[in-house]
Formats: sequence, structure tokens, C-alpha cells
Amino acid sequence: MSSQYPGLLVIVPLLSALLISVAGWVNKRLCFPIAVVGLSVALYASIGLLLRVLAADPALDGGVVLYRLGGWDPPWGIAYYVDRLNALVLVVVSVSALLNLIATKNDVQESFSTKIGAFYTLYILLVTGLLGITVTGDAFNLYVLLEITALTGYGLIAMGESRAPLASLNYVYMGTIGACFYLLGIGYLYIITGSLNMVDIASILPGLYDSKVVLAAFVICMVGIWLKMGFFPLHAWLPNAYTYAPSAVSSLIAPLMTKVMIYVMIRLMLTVFTPEFTFSVLALKTSVVWLAVIAIVMGSILALGAPDVKKMLTYIIVAEVGYMVGGAWLGNRAGMTGSILHIANDALMTLCVFLAVGNVVYRMKGYGFDDLRGIFVKMPFTMIGFVAGAFSIIGVPPTCGFFSKWYLISGGIEAGHYGFVAALVFSSLISAVLFFKLIEVGYYGSGDAHHHHGTAPVSMAEAPISMVVPLLIVAGGLIAVGLYTGDIVTHIIDPVIAQTIMD
Amino acid sequence: MISIKPLLAVLVSLLVVPILVSSRTPNVREAWTFVAASAKFLIVVSMVPAVLRGEQLVYTVAQVIPGAPIAFRVDPLGMLFALVASSLWIVTTAYSIGYMRGLGEHGQTRYFCFFAIALSSTIGVAFSANLLTLYLFYEILSLATYPLVTHHQDAEARVSGRKYLVYILGTSIGLVLPAMLICYHLSGTLAFSDQGFLAGTGPPQLMTILLFMFVFGFAKAAILPFHGWLPAAMVAPTPVSALLHAVAVVKVGVFSIVRVLTGVFGIELLSWLNLGTIVCVIASCTILIASLIALSQDNLKRLLAFSTIGQLSYIILGVGLLSPKGITGGVLHIAMHAFGKITLFFCAGAIFVATGKRNISEMVGIGRRMPVTMTAFFIGALSITGLPPAGGFLSKWYLVLGTLQADQIAMLVVLLVSSLLNAAYFMPIVYRAFFCPAETAMFENRVQEAPAFCVVPLVLTALISIILLFYPEPFFSLARLAAQGVTGG
Repeated sequence: MSSQYPGLLVIVPLLSALLISVAGWVNKRLCFPIAVVGLSVALYASIGLLLRVLAADPALDGGVVLYRLGGWDPPWGIAYYVDRLNALVLVVVSVSALLNLIATKNDVQESFSTKIGAFYTLYILLVTGLLGITVTGDAFNLYVLLEITALTGYGLIAMGESRAPLASLNYVYMGTIGACFYLLGIGYLYIITGSLNMVDIASILPGLYDSKVVLAAFVICMVGIWLKMGFFPLHAWLPNAYTYAPSAVSSLIAPLMTKVMIYVMIRLMLTVFTPEFTFSVLALKTSVVWLAVIAIVMGSILALGAPDVKKMLTYIIVAEVGYMVGGAWLGNRAGMTGSILHIANDALMTLCVFLAVGNVVYRMKGYGFDDLRGIFVKMPFTMIGFVAGAFSIIGVPPTCGFFSKWYLISGGIEAGHYGFVAALVFSSLISAVLFFKLIEVGYYGSGDAHHHHGTAPVSMAEAPISMVVPLLIVAGGLIAVGLYTGDIVTHIIDPVIAQTIMD
Repeated sequence: MISIKPLLAVLVSLLVVPILVSSRTPNVREAWTFVAASAKFLIVVSMVPAVLRGEQLVYTVAQVIPGAPIAFRVDPLGMLFALVASSLWIVTTAYSIGYMRGLGEHGQTRYFCFFAIALSSTIGVAFSANLLTLYLFYEILSLATYPLVTHHQDAEARVSGRKYLVYILGTSIGLVLPAMLICYHLSGTLAFSDQGFLAGTGPPQLMTILLFMFVFGFAKAAILPFHGWLPAAMVAPTPVSALLHAVAVVKVGVFSIVRVLTGVFGIELLSWLNLGTIVCVIASCTILIASLIALSQDNLKRLLAFSTIGQLSYIILGVGLLSPKGITGGVLHIAMHAFGKITLFFCAGAIFVATGKRNISEMVGIGRRMPVTMTAFFIGALSITGLPPAGGFLSKWYLVLGTLQADQIAMLVVLLVSSLLNAAYFMPIVYRAFFCPAETAMFENRVQEAPAFCVVPLVLTALISIILLFYPEPFFSLARLAAQGVTGG
């Protein structure tokens, strides 16, 4: 059974997505339970995989779980490789997707009562795609799954408010261009190596480092993935798409999509093109970190000018993408550690704030700054979650956001890249301003009759318990992950980098 | 010696937070606060004998970053600070009840809740074993005090709250965080040690820059020009100003600077690079300017705020002298100033509760109406000025000896001039309260004090201020042990 985990991870959600679409015709009430079961199996399998990979001896088989899809041997068949890096991402994806599924049940049932089957089918397919991207060891298979994720994502986003279809269309154009770039890059690689298997490509490439084709393949792949993750200035599609999407979709896509793309970038940098090529043969290292600096600074500044809460959070994502790209491209251990750690941490904290905003939208029917007035009295538990997420994004210890920022800044200092260090500090300060702006609006109430000695005029209107509990679990998780940073780094991240990099 | 007590001392006040939130009856809520405050005090006290014997209690909570775990270590310096903060929390709780109920303030549950969190993080700072842990609790304290400062939730509170955050969070993220990372990068550790860990790791210029980043970065210490938040924060209810802005928050800032000077840089490195003098100069500028500004204040709480700014720098000055007696005096001043200043704030609050007056110009002749309060005020003022029979005399005496020991005559002059200025802004208040005829009918003929919950605490702290001159234990021994530890003599 446990040897089938990598397969189950993708097959079970895929089948449950099909089942849901059927159930949508027969009995709508079945959709949600099937979705929960599908994602629970995926979560079970990914935790099982993580434990297996952790137990595996790195010296013996590289600490990698290899799964041959359909029994075909690589490099001809599609192989799934699971090492500690993607096992971590798998757990993050499946935990976030499941928690979000449960947290948004009420909202989805009220907003899409007639389209529940379609909604959950797309939802589960999207998660299937994300899990598949993470688990696969085949570069072309990755493209296919990328398209599955993207197409379902377009559909889900377009289900949002009136401006959503346009935002989704914009995303379709940009996302398609990004995917095409990636496909083109993989095509070049296939031409020169004759292989699509990542490990196989990596073993062939070292003799070809001087080749212009390899260089072109690398750059084109990178640009495609940067477009997909919304790396400034290729981010233009992201804010509108994530803002106008339904709450339940925003809180799925915003934490996971960009983070999985960061994972793909790191996978390409470390496994397919080996660190030696990425950092030594190419003279791009410093320039890319400067691009990241611009992304961080611009993301923060644009967030300052954002007209509403969701838009603000989406620009923060743009800045966070800069964190991770910059950290990965610093080319040292601390930076890479920070970047990988931030994949998990940023997914959790973005999920946390988006879930909280989802709850606010559910009750207040809006996400403008004015809708937050007096929110601490109206929705105290939701706001506890929101504040925890906010503190993590600002980087207040002991939340996990502090520790990944710690590694990222250390990496910057070690590499002597003080622009990156300054950008991170600047962005933390701006985040503090941004979130305290919101906290202030929520704290000072509606502005009427709030004199010294009276009790607050507003009464409590908390979201249903099924929406609050998952949020608080995530918020608690932010602190728990922060306190276990040491273990995560030594047992999961260190070995990943030790196999391939550097110093 | 490994002991879980430091962790318990930090967490014990957090344990009452859920009870505070769920409780609808004020009496139960406040009883819990008392239980938590007393429990915290007892846990802290139970560690005193071991510390006096020269043992260090250590406890590691989580290994987060190699060389920088979240860990506690109880040493004489931290113990002295924890003892002051935890004992005064009990007194302040009693005072809070009198003050908050006397004025019928809203949001009292929230108030007591965040007060408990603030005290937890104060103790956390006191017992931190390394810079990371210290930073952690420092930040939590900044955030937990925001709802306390802005308690009134009006326009003035909003402005002050912003100022508070900009100064406190801005400096800690902008200066301390990078400085801490540079330290980590240089030495691979952040653990405080008696000799410091930076010696021999970087060029002198870098050390000087780091020193500036730390001294100004811990803006809670209100060193000029990063002092602006403290007078602004006086919009908070008076018990907050009393405990947090005379004792816990500001002392956390000073304590952090002292910790960094002694435990990160080390006395030897500071004297070798002559950085102690720089610290002294920064501190003495703050002392003199703040005292001069205090002279011109009419709002009593603002005057106390500027007085606090000056007095905080006494502590920094004492440590900057780098001489054993100077450090003893500086550290001892943490305790002496705390008891004196909290008395003064309690008095200001009691006057406000009883008469609604905030300004000094309206307090002429108030001694007739509130003789007990104004007598306590007098004692507190004596202690801050550094005159017997109040405890402040002792710490100032050691500071003066420290300047002589370090051969810094200029600093001696600063201390003496500052004492004159202290007297100049405090004594007229006392004089006019007792010896000038009252200008309003309110103060004539009738003794009417604030509620007992307000008066008893301030009498208590005033008495302790006097007792501390004659029996300054265990603070004196702890201060001396702390000085011995870091100077090696």
C-alpha cells in the first residue's frame, strides 16, 4: 500500500473529481463529502510519503522514493520522484487545500448553490494538478499538469464577481504565454538531450553546458515560470485575478499556486540544471537577485496604494514571490534554505489571511477598508487569525514568517548582497504599516458615538464555527511551524541542499 | 542548572488570558489577575536564592536556529529586573481596579488581558538567554502594549498609537533586526555571555555601527532622538503609564541595551574601542535635554514622561562608564527609579480620579485636599532627585562613585546638574501643593482622597522607596553580582 502513495496522491483526487461531477447531477449533497474524502486520502498519502522519505537513508538510495507510473521504467515511462523537498511541498499543498475546502463549505454552498458540482470538480482538479506538478519527475508531464491547474484556475476565478471574467481572461492570455514559454524550453531540452525525464536530463547536461541551446532552454523555462508565479514585472495578471475570484478560490489559489511555481523553479535550478550550471556557468545570479529586489520593493509600494484589502494582500504576494526568487538565486545555503522554508511558511500565512478575509466577506459582504470598521468587536476570533497571519507576514517571532525571513536576510548578508537585505527590511516595515492600517480601522470602530466611557455600539457577528476553526488551526500552525523551524531545516531542507549544493 | 521555572514565570500570566476572555463578572476577572500576578511573583522569588548563590538557571524551549535557540537563562541582572516588574504588577493590579472602576472605563477585560501578556513578555525579556529570545519578547511586548496605549480609542489615541508603532516597531525592525543578523553572521551565536561574543570578529568601524544600531534601535529606552513616543503614549490610562511606561516597557528597552553592551559586546571590547565614552555622551545629552524639556511641561503626566526619559539614560550612563561601581549604580537604578516613578504616576492618576485635574497649574493648594497622595508624591520626587531618605539616593551615590572610578569628571558634572534640574521641576509642584493658598474652592478645608484601591498602592510604593535606602536587599546584592559578573572583578 505505502509503495503506491505517489500514485494515490494524484489518482484518488482525479477520480474523485470525476465522481463529483457525476454526483453534481445526481445529488448535490454528495459533492462536498466526496471532495473531503479525496483530499483526505491525498493528505494521508503525502504525510505517509514525507515520513517514508524522512526514514529513508540518503546514503543508500539518495533518500528518494521512485514510483513508475504504469510500471514503465524511466526514462521512457513517466516517473514520480519524491525527495524531502517535494514531500514537504506535497504536505503543504494537501493540508492547505483540505483546510480551505472545509473552511469555505458554507460560503460555497450559499454562493454557488446551483453549480456546486462544477465548483468542486474544478477545485479538486486544480489540487490534483498542483499535487501532480509537485510529485512528477518528468518535465513534459509537468507541463500537462501545469495546464490542468491553469485551466481549472481560469474557470474558478471566472466564477467570481462581475469583473472576474475579464480578470480571468487576462490571466488566460498571460498564463498561456507562460506555459508556452515553459513548453518551448522543454522542447529545446528535448532536442539536445533526447530526454524528458528530469534526472536523466540532469545526467546528460553537464557535457553540454557550453551549448547555446541549453542556455536558451534554461532562460525560456525560467521566464515562463516567472510569468506563472507573478514575478515582477510579469505580475500584471495576478492582482485582479486573485482579488475578483470568489473568496473560496482566492484562499486556495493565492497560497498555493505561486508557491508551487517557486518549487518548480527551485527544482529546475537544483535538479534539472544542477546548481553548478545555475550559479557558476551562468553569470545571472546577481542580476536575478536585483530583479527580486525590484519585485519586493515594487510589490510593497503597490500594496500601499491598493484600494481594498484583497488587492493589498495580492500585492503582498507579489513582494513575497520576490523574497523567494531572490533567496533561491543568492546562491548560498542560507538563502536557499530561506526560500524553501518560505514556500511552506508563506503558503500557510497567505492561507491564514485569505481565510480570515473570506470570513469577513462572508459576514460583511465586502472587502473594502470600510467593511472592516469595528471588526474586532464583530468578529473577534476571525481577527485573532487575521492578526496572527499579519504578524507572520510582518515577521514577528515566534511566527514562522520571522524564521524564513531570518534565513533570507542571513543569505543576503552572506552573499554580500545588501540591496536584498535592505529590500527585505523595507518590505517588513511596509507590511507593518499595511497591517496596522487595517488593524487601526478595525480597532477604532465605526467612528460614531465611540466616547470614552460608553460600551461599544456594535455587537458580535462572528462567522460560523466551521469557518473559524480551520482558520484558527492555521493560525496556531503558524506558531507551531515557527517553533519547529529547527527540525524542519535540519531534517527536511538541509539534506535537500546537501545533495546538490554548494558553498 | 536546568530548571523549568523561568518558562513558568513567563507563561503563568498567559494562563489567565482565556479565563479573562470568558469571564463576565469583573470580580472573578480581577481575582484571576491577582492570582496570576502573585503566582508570577512567587515563582520569580523562588529563584532568588539560587541566583544569589551564583547559580544560573537555564531552560531551552525550542531549537529554532543553530546557535540561537529560544532559551531562558536567569542571572543576577535579569533577576533584578524580573523582581521589580513582577512585584510591581501586583501593586498595579490593585491600583488598576481603583482607577478603571473609578472612571468607569470601557473594555476592561481587554485591558487586563493585554496587561497580562505585556508582563509575560517583560519577564521573557528579563530571562532571555540570547539575543533572539530577547528580540522575540521585545516585539511581543511592543504589540501587546498597543491596545493599552490606545485604550480610549479616540482621535488622540489613534495619533499616539501610530507614533508609538512607528518609533517602536520601526526601530526594532529597521535597526535591531539587521544588527542582530550581522552579529549572528560574524560570530555564529547569539547567546549572551559575561565577556560578550563580538570581540575579535569584525573591524572597529563595524562594531561602532552595530553599537549605534542597538542603542538607538531599542527605542523603548527613549534615547534622544527616538524618545517622541513616550510623551505621546501618556494618553494611555494612568496604570498603563505607571507600570509600562515607567517600569516595564521603558526598562525593557534599557535592559536590552544593558544586556547588549555587557553580554554581546562585552566590557573589555567596549573599553578597548573606547565605545563606552560614546554611550556616555549619548546618554548625557538625553539626560540634560530631557530634564530641560521637563521644566517647561504643565501636563503632569508629560512632565513625568520627560523625567523618565532622563532617568532611563542614567542607567545607560552607569553601564557606559564601564566601571564596577558605575554598573552597580546603573543596574540598581532600574529598581530604585521603578519604585519612585511608579509612585509619582500613581499620584498623578489618583489626582485625576479624585479631581479630574491633569495640569500642574491647576494643582495649587491640592495638598490640603489630598495630603496622603501629595506626601507620597514628595517621597517619590525625592527618590528620583536622588535625595535621602529615599532609595534613589543609593543608586545615584553609586553612579557618582562610578564616574570617579572611571575618571569621567564630565559625567559627574552631568549627574549633578541633572539632579538640580530634577529638583527644579519637582519641588515647585510639592511646594505649591502644600504652601500656596488654593485657587479653587475644590481644595478648601476638606480632605478627600481617591478610592482606597488607588491610595493604598501609592502609599505602599512610597514606603518601599524609603525602605530601600535602609534595606536595599536583594536588589543591591543582585546589582553587585551583575557588575562583578561582567567586569570580572
